[in-house]
Amino acid sequence: MADGKAIGRSVPRQDAVDKVTGAAQFVDDIQFGPTLLHAKILRSPHPHARIVAIDTAAAMAVPGVRAIVTGKDCPQYLGLYLADRTVYAVDRVRFVGEPVAGVAADSAAAATEAIGKIVVAYEPLPGIFDPVAGAGNKDVLLHENLGTYRCAPFIYPVPGTNIANRFRLRKGDTDKGFAAAAAVVENTYTVPHIQHSQLEPHAAAANFDRAGKLTLWSSSQSPNAVRKLIATAFGLPMTKLRVITPYVGGGFGGKAGLTCEALVVPLALRLPGHHVKLTLTREEVFRGTFVRQGLVARLKTGAGGDGRLAAMEAELFWDGGAYAEYGVNIARSGGYCSSGPYEIPNIKTDSCCVYTNHPVGGPMRGFGMPEIHWGIEQQMDMLAEKLGLDPLAFRRLNALRDGSPAAFGGPMSGATLVDTIDAVAARCGWGGPKPPASGARKARGRGLACMFKAPSMPPDAQSSAVLKLNEDGTVHILTTAMEIGQGSLTALAQIAAEELGVPVADVVVTLPDTDYTPYEWQTVASRISYSAGNAVLAAARDAKAQLLAVAAQVLAVPATELAIEDGRIFPRTDPARALAVSAIAMGCLLPGGAIGGPVVGRGAFVPAGITGLDRETGQGERPAPFWTYGTQVADVEVDLRTGAITVLKVTAAYEVGKVINPALAIGQVQGGIVQGLGAALYERLALAEGKYLNSDFVDYKIPTATDTPQMDIVLLETSPQADGPFGVKGIAEPTMVPTAPAIANAVYDAIGVRIRDLPLSAEKVLAALKSKQAGEKFVRRAP
Amino acid sequence: MKTVTLTVNNRPHTLTPSPERTLLDVLREDLGLTGAKRGCDAGECGACTVLLNGKPVNSCLVLAVELSGAAVVTIEGLGGPDGLDRLQQSFIDNFALQCGYCTPGMILMGKALLMQNPHPTEAEVKEFISGNLCRCTGYENIVKAIMAVAGGGEGNG
Repeated sequence: MADGKAIGRSVPRQDAVDKVTGAAQFVDDIQFGPTLLHAKILRSPHPHARIVAIDTAAAMAVPGVRAIVTGKDCPQYLGLYLADRTVYAVDRVRFVGEPVAGVAADSAAAATEAIGKIVVAYEPLPGIFDPVAGAGNKDVLLHENLGTYRCAPFIYPVPGTNIANRFRLRKGDTDKGFAAAAAVVENTYTVPHIQHSQLEPHAAAANFDRAGKLTLWSSSQSPNAVRKLIATAFGLPMTKLRVITPYVGGGFGGKAGLTCEALVVPLALRLPGHHVKLTLTREEVFRGTFVRQGLVARLKTGAGGDGRLAAMEAELFWDGGAYAEYGVNIARSGGYCSSGPYEIPNIKTDSCCVYTNHPVGGPMRGFGMPEIHWGIEQQMDMLAEKLGLDPLAFRRLNALRDGSPAAFGGPMSGATLVDTIDAVAARCGWGGPKPPASGARKARGRGLACMFKAPSMPPDAQSSAVLKLNEDGTVHILTTAMEIGQGSLTALAQIAAEELGVPVADVVVTLPDTDYTPYEWQTVASRISYSAGNAVLAAARDAKAQLLAVAAQVLAVPATELAIEDGRIFPRTDPARALAVSAIAMGCLLPGGAIGGPVVGRGAFVPAGITGLDRETGQGERPAPFWTYGTQVADVEVDLRTGAITVLKVTAAYEVGKVINPALAIGQVQGGIVQGLGAALYERLALAEGKYLNSDFVDYKIPTATDTPQMDIVLLETSPQADGPFGVKGIAEPTMVPTAPAIANAVYDAIGVRIRDLPLSAEKVLAALKSKQAGEKFVRRAP
Repeated sequence: MKTVTLTVNNRPHTLTPSPERTLLDVLREDLGLTGAKRGCDAGECGACTVLLNGKPVNSCLVLAVELSGAAVVTIEGLGGPDGLDRLQQSFIDNFALQCGYCTPGMILMGKALLMQNPHPTEAEVKEFISGNLCRCTGYENIVKAIMAVAGGGEGNG
């Protein structure tokens, strides 16, 4: 659709002034004054051990210590999709970094000293450190009571094993498909754990007041989920639990669901009148919060002589870590999307989330899609090579199109992969001559990768919004959608302004406070512009209808003949007869008495027609509301002496239905590409038998400014989403999905080396290059 | 304990910090200047960058007791009653921030660079800010924002 007065424009960020002046408050910035107490957490040094005894006597004697809690103080199980964990470890620890005890004290120093004086006797247990072995191991079980845990109806734990969720997909007949294939490639791909590395460490503060109300300040993407999980676990009515989220310093999934919030709750409940604050150290962020799950993917893919994909088999072993309360759903998403963005008639997929004695795997930007596309997109290049086809043409031939049957059976709508392939090909000059390398011992290469991603969420993930018109015609919008940097405050204001017909500068969207802002499922899954956007749109329509009803009486013109623009209401046929919105924002006093009243718009949204998938076959009609498609091409240079890869340029195209704010959307793509580049080249949480070898920014490198490649980004609006506000689909997560495989394919193009385990570190590339050269020498010498 | 007299954003302060406390501790906890962020507390991320006697430092690595006579500028000290500093405005205009957590440190690094090198190349900007981590933006717009000011509004030099 055409751009409007507010939609489609690069409106400045609503939060920008706060953020460039230091005025923006994050949880740790809030000054609680003399009632502040500092919390510190004692964490497990063992990947798997029985807790024999905990002695807190010496710690309690440290001056300034107010309270100490352990697992026995709050043994309730909780979790988003599978209630498999407790706030503090109860009788057993399952990963290095698991909370064992919490201390609240007058000073951070006293709390830290007390932590050091808690004596815990552990009895180490054998561990599971590999998801493939763990899936088959019935002797070492991490959760013997798996069968008794509460779980969502679409999650299938396998009691008596370490499999927290098993998703199966069966479509067609893969044996027949492979028998008819002209080319088959079969490989195993591995993806390590990585850390979100938001710059703001997780923080939470809690105050239990004398009236019995608990207020929680949280750096969270999910205020309502935090409230629900904590209210349930601690038996609090939602009127007695208020969750406030000020600005959040980066999320990427790592602040979704429940993270560190519950740790301060039992401390605060014991210390009425105080504010108990916990701010994680950077080391704790690495060790004690969600990480992206590891993945071992065994993929077998075949195509016919006509270049059409014939069959695929996928065994996906997700390293869920010690608790899989959130991560279980990644195995499901990875399973029903296991075809990648292609039409494949015969598919057999087993996707298992496996418990290990590793850190807790949770959501991270892409929710399984970067992990599965890492293998899928290299398989595609290998098949194309075997068939003698151009990798771009091969993908184009097999791309899902409108109405194509998806892996889960149902028809895909709005399948626009081809549009993004064509856009990228045109922009980067695909197929043109390779430019020369910058030096003698360097090699240039170019690689391509495609992707798709849907919002992975329960079928009834809801959003709501309240729009308040102020006396002067300005607007406040209340939602519990969270501004985590993506620009939701600004985008939602644009949606409201466009619909209501007021200047976008007159619309302010507030940050979440669950006592005042209406329900939002979570700020995850790249669904806020779509889902919360729909709620805001509905609230604006509601408010507009109220305004028009009053204006119709005032102007004596039917409401259907009125329009609102720039804060003025007028008959379409006589724009000069205008009434300011502010004149009737509170209703209007007419000679016969007052009419209307303060305008308050209400909007709610839940996507319609999202269906389940069959437990045995993974087949169904429509498990998600939309898929976003994208393509990236990476141009790289490999240093043949060191193996170091330089990413020179990334060309990217995404089809997003409708762009609300071009500058914000482009910013998402830029950030996602560079995050994808980090995952491709550097990032790996190094774990040895469950112990961390890196948990700081010296040993765990994320990209810096000198890593930023040239980026050429195209956003397409070829297929507006039927039920998206103004046609919107999600964009934030898809941006990092294809970057790593595009780089891997470019490295192969440059030096003929295939690397199947991330990251593409210089030493790995160099070793592979040497091994290839040794092989070539051997071949040349053979008679 | 030793008494330290310094200025922060041109305001004099007299403090008696215990020896282990850092400039960042004092700014955030004693002076309520929370614009400098604690990202790692180890000098690895740059979120706590402030200007100390005109030079950028990781305030988490500077002991407060060593600051006698020092002049400190934090993000709260930029701009004035007439409006924002040009670089702050450039960050807004160029969409050079997302979550905002690295932003105060990035802006102060940019200020420090432009004070010592008013016309840096793009490569010099990238190199200069490479100790300041940003996980959201991919850095491109941050570099643009600094270059836009360096160019003095006449294209970038």
